[in-house]
Amino acid sequence: MAEVVAVIASTHHPFYYRASTSTGEDRPPFADEWVRKVEAFRETLTRARPDVLVMVGSDHFHQLWLDNMPQFLVGKAPFYDANFSNEEREFGLPRMLFKGQEDLSAHLLRGGLDLGFDLAFSNELRIDHSITCPIITRRPQNDLPIVPVYTNIFAPPLPRPQRFVQLGKAIRELVESWPDDRRVAVIGTGHLSLELGGPRQFGPHGPDPEFDRKAVEWISTGDIEGCLSEVTLDSLWNPGNATHGFMDFMLMMGVAGEGRKADYVDTYDLFHTMEAYFTWYPNGGGRS
Amino acid sequence: MSKYLLNKFLFTVDRDPELVERYREEPRATVEWWEAEYANRILGCHTGESSTWLRFDDTEREALATHDYPKLFELGAHPFLTLTLFIAVFERDYAEPLGFQLEYARRLSHHSLPYPDIAT
Repeated sequence: MAEVVAVIASTHHPFYYRASTSTGEDRPPFADEWVRKVEAFRETLTRARPDVLVMVGSDHFHQLWLDNMPQFLVGKAPFYDANFSNEEREFGLPRMLFKGQEDLSAHLLRGGLDLGFDLAFSNELRIDHSITCPIITRRPQNDLPIVPVYTNIFAPPLPRPQRFVQLGKAIRELVESWPDDRRVAVIGTGHLSLELGGPRQFGPHGPDPEFDRKAVEWISTGDIEGCLSEVTLDSLWNPGNATHGFMDFMLMMGVAGEGRKADYVDTYDLFHTMEAYFTWYPNGGGRS
Repeated sequence: MSKYLLNKFLFTVDRDPELVERYREEPRATVEWWEAEYANRILGCHTGESSTWLRFDDTEREALATHDYPKLFELGAHPFLTLTLFIAVFERDYAEPLGFQLEYARRLSHHSLPYPDIAT
């Protein structure tokens, strides 16, 4: 059976690519330290020597639209083109192409349905920065096949936080029952407190540093129970109007497991939203 | 009131560079053209299978025709869609990085929680 060699959760700041590749007067003052932190985080994936990546993210109204909106969707295709014209325009992101691991997609879909998750699927999925940003930061050579998993954190009505945790646990179980001997890393990206298109956007810090502090504590200690006791669909409006993306972190806590402390934790307080990086090594293999 | 249709306008214009420019230069004419020609298209169907019932109310049409993004926030348009399109339309007019984004926040600063409902 396959082994989950690393579980990695982070934010997906779309400005990293431009900040890290800019030079001279265009290079923002926070870029060098950001690059240093990202490269240290990247090493936590490299060290796990993965063969396949399960990538959890959320389409930001790019391909998925309100006339037919899935709550949870698994891509099943041999290839995935990536990034959209408005991401090129606004963030300077490049066009990318990924290979798909179709048999693992099929396994997640069949197994997920049998576990009670009515997963949608897509045989032609263009993926966006919620998945391309973690590839750019953690696997810039883009040499591994992926299985994209999209969640709806964006278009109400949303699944409740508990459901994200449950799906994370199911993904862990399903990857570990994939009849294959490859090494799988599960990588998911979400948000801490974040405001988009509202009065608290683009401040000098994230809109709710106190929420961010608690969130980092819940994630790094694997405190799913504590997190679920405070986080609801209603409460997530308070830290910022795009903070429902935190539920993708909750999904990743489900992948890592209840009470499972992260083996690597780092944060970077930036304008607009805080960056946060977490890695777990389920079997200790990648720890050094 | 149709938050869905407001969102559909923002979504379809934002992803088309030519429409973004048309909307910047001639917002009222673009909104009128879009409502007549585009509003009823089902995006996954050919045009012979369009819907028959979608239209803006006067407030919605006026908000779009006047680039009034604070009004769109108030009407419950999806804030991510509004932000992304209006960055494309206006960011170029500001010299400082994030100048438009901060002006946008300032123009919404009279809002407190709970914000207008965005459920469609």
